[in-house]
Amino acid sequence: MSRPISEDDLHAFVDGALADDRRKEVEAYLERNPEIAERYARFGAQRDALREALAPIAAEPVPLNLNLGHMVASRRRSSRSGWQVAAVACLFLLVGGGSGWMLRGMESDHPIGINALAQEASYAYAVFGPDGGRPVEIAAADSDALVRWVEKRLLRPISLPDLSGAGYRFMGGRVVATQNGPAGLLMYDDAKGARIAIMMQPMMRHDQNAPMAEHREGDVVGYAWADNGMGYSLVGGLDTADFLHPIANEARRQIQAKT
Amino acid sequence: MMAHVEPLIPSLRRYARSLLRDQSAADDLVQDCLERVISRWHQRRIDGDARTWVFTILHNLAMNRLKQKARRGVHVTVDDADQAAFATAPAQEDRLHHRAVVDALSQLPEDQRSVLLLVSVEELSYVETASVLDIPIGTVMSRLSRARHRLAQVLEEGPGRLAKTGTVLRRVK
Repeated sequence: MSRPISEDDLHAFVDGALADDRRKEVEAYLERNPEIAERYARFGAQRDALREALAPIAAEPVPLNLNLGHMVASRRRSSRSGWQVAAVACLFLLVGGGSGWMLRGMESDHPIGINALAQEASYAYAVFGPDGGRPVEIAAADSDALVRWVEKRLLRPISLPDLSGAGYRFMGGRVVATQNGPAGLLMYDDAKGARIAIMMQPMMRHDQNAPMAEHREGDVVGYAWADNGMGYSLVGGLDTADFLHPIANEARRQIQAKT
Repeated sequence: MMAHVEPLIPSLRRYARSLLRDQSAADDLVQDCLERVISRWHQRRIDGDARTWVFTILHNLAMNRLKQKARRGVHVTVDDADQAAFATAPAQEDRLHHRAVVDALSQLPEDQRSVLLLVSVEELSYVETASVLDIPIGTVMSRLSRARHRLAQVLEEGPGRLAKTGTVLRRVK
């Protein structure tokens, strides 16, 4: 008889991780020790039950936003536009503020789809986020009027996500102007008055559906996505960067549940 | 890259969902993981195993997320909790049985749960599991042992008690 049987050997036996020789030694040991054999047989049964219980998750079809080919392709698109933005920024620095006209020819490269929405949301947040006097046009108390106004301009039904679970109270909102027409802007604040905002706008041609993507523009961070032809971007200050993503997921979940 | 990573995605979803018990949060985590895998693929150690590397990224993201949740007190909502998160086999008897095991799993401390899932369900070797969790193999073995004993104990104490003492906090809107 070789080395004594250890507890590690018994677990490896349960996991089928022993070499043949050692497995035979463990089997012989278990025959001599029925109480231990019974305990480890139970561990084996637990292992099987756990595997069976969780197997259906792995058998589900992989959703589109986790499709690797799709992710690689959309990454290429966004990295190219990122490079273009960087190039334009360098050019701008070199040429100087007075020579901005040189960039006119690059207008055709302006962002599209949720990238455009992300940019507009960042601009709107930069303007209305710190506004002390009138951050919203219609306050939360008149939510019905706000919804009617936004729906009338977007020609689409909307819903107001409740972010109180994440500590953000709904303040109200407004319709804002963007390059691609009107958009709805909903504002929320936390107990300390720090604000986050959601912009929503119908997607015309691009990104009818788009997985959630992070964006940054100056001091504004955000997460943008699109579902069923409607684009959304949740934006906040740099200090919200660490926890904005789960809030965006929650907003998306609520909107999906209502539409 | 595709050939190495694509076949792992179902397992990654299963591991993430088993840890977070929230389908949409788990899939978001897998998405974050895959984005990192795509951007850092060329940085991985060539001699290392791709599966171990990808699981390490996912596990670390999951731990960050759980810490964040604990800190912020945001927990899964009623709709997303276990019923929806865990698909089960059709037979009634099996379903009860599976439910009991999954509930019992949720009673384990997180460090034991990770080891049990990686070893028993995802079939990583003890060495690979040690690498994913960045702990010595001896620690893998002791956590595995504690996990199995604890799971057996929880299952013996019966589902009646379990149903009322789930560790998942639920948000009341």
